[in-house]
Amino acid sequence: MSATEEKEQAVSGQAEQGKEGGEQAAGRAEIKPTSTLSRAKLLKFLVLPLLVFGAGFVVNLFIGWVIFPRLLYSEKDQPIDFSHKIHVEAVEEGCESCHFFGEDGTFSGVPGAEKCAECHEERIGIHPEEAKLVEEYILPGKEIPWHIYARQPNCVYFSHAAHIKMAKLECVTCHGPVGESIHVKRYQQNRITGYSRDIWGWRISGIKTNSWDRMKMDDCADCHKKSGARNDCFVCHK
Amino acid sequence: MKDIHSEQKTYKFGMVIDLDKCTGCGACMVACMAENNVSFRADETDKLRSITWMRVYKMTNGLPFPDTEVCYIPRPCMHCEGSGHHRPAPCIAVCPATATDRDHETGIVSQIYTRCFGCRYCMAACPYHARYFNWWDPKWPKGMEKYLNPDVSPRMRGVVEKCSFCYHRFQRAKNKAYAEGRREIREDEYQTACAQACPAGAITFGDLNNPQHAVYKLKNSPNAFRILEKLGTNPKVYYLSTKEWVRRGVDHYLEEEAQD
Ligand code: HEC
Ligand code: HEC
Ligand code: HEC
Ligand code: HEC
Ligand code: HEC
Repeated sequence: MSATEEKEQAVSGQAEQGKEGGEQAAGRAEIKPTSTLSRAKLLKFLVLPLLVFGAGFVVNLFIGWVIFPRLLYSEKDQPIDFSHKIHVEAVEEGCESCHFFGEDGTFSGVPGAEKCAECHEERIGIHPEEAKLVEEYILPGKEIPWHIYARQPNCVYFSHAAHIKMAKLECVTCHGPVGESIHVKRYQQNRITGYSRDIWGWRISGIKTNSWDRMKMDDCADCHKKSGARNDCFVCHK
Repeated sequence: MKDIHSEQKTYKFGMVIDLDKCTGCGACMVACMAENNVSFRADETDKLRSITWMRVYKMTNGLPFPDTEVCYIPRPCMHCEGSGHHRPAPCIAVCPATATDRDHETGIVSQIYTRCFGCRYCMAACPYHARYFNWWDPKWPKGMEKYLNPDVSPRMRGVVEKCSFCYHRFQRAKNKAYAEGRREIREDEYQTACAQACPAGAITFGDLNNPQHAVYKLKNSPNAFRILEKLGTNPKVYYLSTKEWVRRGVDHYLEEEAQD
């Protein structure tokens, strides 16, 4: 608004000056048409383009930030709405009851159905999700096809032992507060690469406020650089 | 935490292959392919197209019948050390993508398949023909994909691959060591598939810098030599042979070249 108004004032001011100097009739005649012309010009060359640009900007922003991610990622439901909160209280050894190290140093990852069967061999509560667990997986002896949020591409080698036993890092640093979750998070998969959305991060703007917001190559390498760990290609690739 | 670097040991992994023991059976080639998910085709006769990280070559002394002698030469990637920062291995020097590099902890020449875009400069640069190009996407016979090694990432069409000294076995060994709260790994914890498969015990693998390892003593034997030593690539694969014609043969001396 302000730019247009200022221009208008300036133009009318010029016109008044012309009136005062009576003998400059010719000048006045020249000024008048210019002032109407400039108003039309203003509309044509400034306001309209600005409006068009603004509209285009908003549309493209909408496409880029709202529509594109929906096209790029497909959303999948976890098979069971698992609550970490209930279970961390129910088990005896905390996280290690389910996520532990094997004798050869490998990390167990997400526990298999036989772990759940230790308590859920038959229904112990009235929760419909528990009914699903028992009827669809435990009784028929099937594995639960969990989607792994943190799953890295095939070419990446990761070692929990190095980070937990050696670097003494907390799970939260890389995974966020999954250990306190009441419901499972949304899981989204990149339609092109098949990678979990957690790798490249949920924020389209790419701004990272928590250490677990994304886990791309640079995020691993940044921490390695800061903590003095190695950054040769073969550290993290196989 | 800055001291992790200095705490960490550096190794110089290498191999010593005793050609006097090698019978040319090819068990190392098979073990290598199975271990490293190396793809193959129904017809493997075209050796310009097939992939063999470990390849056994045959050499003869060229003499007529009663004096004919044969030598088999298993050839993995030599993991050339080069000389210093300004003269790395030939493949590393030419790679425009940094897809291949020298790993500082182990001295192993790494190959990152996802970074490689298939220009094949490295194949042209490698004097040992140790690098192979994937002309096709790997196709496994039905059901065989279930037997692939999960520790080794499969390759795709259009990238170069080569022997990694079974680097994933080093990762696995270290992972175990970490879980037990130690950093050093023992000689027997990290062995390549070919070394373990060789029925003649011709292949020895270990840390060339460690006097406790078998390779340390073997590489200092008077019978030890390296292929194309004169190129200055400084390979980490040594060979043993008591035969003069073998030693001269692998260094490609021409008739008129002076004897050393
Ligand atoms: C009763 C067994 C159990 C216990 C105890 C348990 N978890 Fe889990 N955890 C699971 C299951 C099942 C999943 C898969 C479902 C999911 O993603 O929530 C999982 C998933 C996770 C994941 C997500 C991995 C991924 O990327 O998909 C993290 C991180 C995790 N747990 C951390 C913890 C922490 C931290 C604790 C201790 C505070 C803990 N868990 C205790 C069973 C358990
Ligand atoms: C140490 C015993 C124990 C183990 C092991 C265990 N649970 Fe549970 N689980 C419980 C208890 C106790 C409840 C609460 C029952 C109630 O009062 O509804 C529960 C409730 C549930 C519920 C319903 C409540 C909710 O929203 O989560 C689900 C679903 C469930 N468990 C899934 C699993 C799965 C999947 C596993 C295997 C990874 C598992 N449980 C392993 C003890 C266990
Ligand atoms: C340095 C970062 C880091 C830390 C610390 C960390 N994780 Fe992970 N976690 C990862 C990465 C990366 C993956 C994916 C590994 C892969 O795809 O090979 C992963 C995978 C997992 C998985 C899924 C594995 C599977 O394949 O089933 C679980 C469960 C998990 N982590 C739990 C934990 C728990 C519990 C802790 C704390 C004791 C922890 N993580 C600490 C980075 C980390
Ligand atoms: C929050 C910091 C942090 C993040 C994030 C992190 N790392 Fe690490 N990582 C470390 C530290 C510190 C060490 C060194 C541990 C030691 O040896 O004491 C390490 C060691 C390793 C090792 C073992 C190195 C060796 O020499 O044996 C591997 C493999 C590794 N990281 C892979 C990864 C990958 C892959 C990611 C990303 C998915 C990642 N790390 C993310 C801190 C981190
Ligand atoms: C600290 C760990 C780390 C190091 C060191 C590292 N990478 Fe990565 N790299 C990763 C992780 C994690 C990913 C997967 C996530 C992503 O795509 O960013 C990745 C992905 C890649 C990809 C893309 C693969 C794909 O399928 O999306 C290429 C190419 C790559 N790395 C090449 C290299 C090269 C070349 C080096 C050595 C110069 C190197 N990386 C060193 C952790 C590492």
